[in-house]
Amino acid sequence: MKKLTILLSSLRQAQGIAFLFLLASCAPTPTEPQTITILTHDSFAISEDVIKTFEADNNAKVAFIQSGDAGSMLNQAILTKDAPLADILFGVDNTFLSRALDADIFEPYQSPVLSDISAEYILDKTYHVLPVDYGDVCINYDKNYFAENNLTIPQTFEDLAKPEYKDLLVVEDPATSSPGLAFLLATRAHFGDGYLDYWQSLKANGVVVVDGWETAYYTNFSASSGKGPQPMVVSYASSPAAEVFFASEPLTESPTASIVAPGMCFRQIEFVGILKNTLNQALAQKFVDFMLSQQFQEDMPLNMFVYPVNQKAQLPEVFVKYAEVAENPAVLSYAEIAANRDAWIEAWTEAMK
Amino acid sequence: MQTNSLNHGDTETRRNFFLRAFASPWFFHVLLWLAPILFLLSYFFLPLSKILILAFNTSALTKANFQLILPIVSFTFYQAALSTILTFILGIPSAILFSRFNFRGKPLLRALTAVPFMLPTVVVASSFNALFGNHGLFSFMQSISSSFILHPSSFSLILTAHVFYNTTIVIRIVGNALSRLDPKLEQSARSLGADTFHVWKNVTLPLLRPSLLAAALLVFMFDFTSFGVILLLGGSNFSTLEVEIYLRVLKLPNLPLAALLSIVQLIFTLIFSILYTRIISQVTAQTNPRFSASRPPKTPRERAFVFTLYALLITFFLLPLASLPIRSLTRLEADRGQRGEVQYGFTTDYYEELFINRRGSLFYVPPIQAARNSLGYASLTVLLSLALGYPAAYALAKPTRLEKFLDPLVMMPLGASAVMLGLGFIFSFGRALASPFFVPIAHTLVALPFVIRTLQPALASIPERLRQAAATLGASPFRVWQTVDFPILSRATLSAATFAFTVSLGEFGATLLLTRPEYPTIPIAIQRFLSQPGGLNFGQAMAMATLLMLLATLAILVIEKLRLSDSGEF
Repeated sequence: MKKLTILLSSLRQAQGIAFLFLLASCAPTPTEPQTITILTHDSFAISEDVIKTFEADNNAKVAFIQSGDAGSMLNQAILTKDAPLADILFGVDNTFLSRALDADIFEPYQSPVLSDISAEYILDKTYHVLPVDYGDVCINYDKNYFAENNLTIPQTFEDLAKPEYKDLLVVEDPATSSPGLAFLLATRAHFGDGYLDYWQSLKANGVVVVDGWETAYYTNFSASSGKGPQPMVVSYASSPAAEVFFASEPLTESPTASIVAPGMCFRQIEFVGILKNTLNQALAQKFVDFMLSQQFQEDMPLNMFVYPVNQKAQLPEVFVKYAEVAENPAVLSYAEIAANRDAWIEAWTEAMK
Repeated sequence: MQTNSLNHGDTETRRNFFLRAFASPWFFHVLLWLAPILFLLSYFFLPLSKILILAFNTSALTKANFQLILPIVSFTFYQAALSTILTFILGIPSAILFSRFNFRGKPLLRALTAVPFMLPTVVVASSFNALFGNHGLFSFMQSISSSFILHPSSFSLILTAHVFYNTTIVIRIVGNALSRLDPKLEQSARSLGADTFHVWKNVTLPLLRPSLLAAALLVFMFDFTSFGVILLLGGSNFSTLEVEIYLRVLKLPNLPLAALLSIVQLIFTLIFSILYTRIISQVTAQTNPRFSASRPPKTPRERAFVFTLYALLITFFLLPLASLPIRSLTRLEADRGQRGEVQYGFTTDYYEELFINRRGSLFYVPPIQAARNSLGYASLTVLLSLALGYPAAYALAKPTRLEKFLDPLVMMPLGASAVMLGLGFIFSFGRALASPFFVPIAHTLVALPFVIRTLQPALASIPERLRQAAATLGASPFRVWQTVDFPILSRATLSAATFAFTVSLGEFGATLLLTRPEYPTIPIAIQRFLSQPGGLNFGQAMAMATLLMLLATLAILVIEKLRLSDSGEF
């Protein structure tokens, strides 16, 4: 009995100390009223100068929190809706848009800068989220491989299932990768309900499925520095430009190119929104304006290899020369994606087993 | 009730009560447990239960869900059991090699076996491929490598990767025990006519049982909750509980199902830990703290053993690891147009480029800063996990009823899904989570079970009569600890420190953290480079990974060289 009391009382003490521990660990870095926090995905990048300009102009401090890829980030934002981790969320794309809007995590904000933005990207007419950039998910191919083997470049999805392209394509698992999902959506847009049959035929033709873009590009793709076995990979239309920009020796031509044939690419549009329960709404709005402004938009391409949505923004030279934009990307409404995405992915996973 | 009796009692009984309380092993044990339990409560059990309570609901208890879970559970078991057996097949001879024999390059090879543990899987895979694959630098080795990495079933790749990552656990824990065995025991068995086989069967193995069990538990748990390897190599064909939880939390959200899967995984962890506690309590292996010195191999059989294993370990560990530094110094790009012949060249560009923030990016990671942050976090993790692990292991080494209950609980962080715990962290700590303070805490959660399981068998092996003898001879408790416990413990402590260090450097459980660009680490830098196309990015990722590898190897060499003891026994 005595032992029990001691145990109990020390447990009580323990609780008290645990509480102190918690307090100590919760003691935040002092939140000045002028700090604005942006929750974003791991691929986000921007120039220091650009952020400095905003900080100087608005007497603000900009903090970024990165939390996994776009899907993970959004799910975390939804789960912490009532006590958000940040004031602004950047990086939700059109494949996740409905989930974000349904979860009602954003405050509407009709930025004055929207007048400079191409109307085709303003998908949410209630202005809970505003477009910031876009990029096309397309197949990249190893130019050298196709030249050496006198292979013609496939121009349709159906081509990819032909015997001459056997074992030549690596794709990402749509359940774990965002370009993988985009590519699945492009096939879904083209084949409708028959998309699973198409994937069966791809499987029979030796398509390789890996977990994410890094593995696909750097371990499997033959034209990357990883020198893998497959000469075709699902990547971005801007990747050839990145190959030139980040070449270890100056290049005059990219070792890769994108297949931008009609319907073969899927356009991802990334959005920004102000999170409900933000601590600083006025500053948040200013930052959203800033993200849509020419200065920010012109800085994005070389940092994230995406295209600006602001019509005034000039593209860097390496983009003009080496990156391609799909003329007719696959079209699926975000509502349709939202309603079916999980079911499509599960069916795909089942079919590819 | 108790308070009542206290109130009624006079001062005398009260003093007696306190005296007895202080002297009772219970009180001492509660004291020992205070810090570790508080830590686990605040940073593990509370956040985890918070999220599980929130996420779980009975709607997940459907037949369909159980039909979904069953094959996942059985595959998780199957691959973990097979991986553990394979890891032991390589690990036990290696443990013997390192603890019994001296040979050239032993410290380096020993340190290298711990390195895979902390390298990002995708880095090893890509660099290996770059060198030994189709278009690789050593494409003449393609036939070997293609049967090794490109074409075999993904299942055998998963097993190979698990062995590659976890052999170090067996080497360190079992190897330690082997060198702690009193050589006289084996010698007397031999002089009594026992052959090698019988010496092992009747003397060595029984004495090794606690360490074998501890190593088996850790390796099994690591394979059981394997995540990165399965995701990378298994594709959509293979899914473990941990991978499925990740998918159900972040990719195809179904929180009730994810919570159910987490609970299943936690229950299994608990069962393994309880089984371990049961078995371990039946084996006590106290020996004299005399160390079997290692020596050069003498007989031809010994030489053959050392040589074969040496060659095997070099091939298995050094080849994939060596591909990183080679690749980080090699330019594989050729001039376009004449690309039929891929040209190679030596270059230090990638290292030079590391120091240049070409795009003026806010997210640029200066290599020195990344190395400093990584080392800083790792050192904090070592300190914190030793500070918490020591008292816990001490208490566990002489179990009372309290330990029977607490013992299985200390393993739980290894069995919890990192993603689920991450959500729990977000719920419990909110915006404060962006503080760098949480990084060593999260790493310590993973390191702590390793530290405790490494220290516990060593502590339990200290013969009580030596302590008593020292005390009888008038040694103070500290002096007893210093002369009896410490020499035995210093090796185990070094192993524990190495585990904590590598766990932190490799950022296990990092999925549960938000990252702040202000505090980049080397793995984060590698991640950044690999997220965009281009030879320079790939080269820099390899350079950073090489840096990580060098730092890790050096640090492990230093840790293992430390002579904590003046006894000269080492």
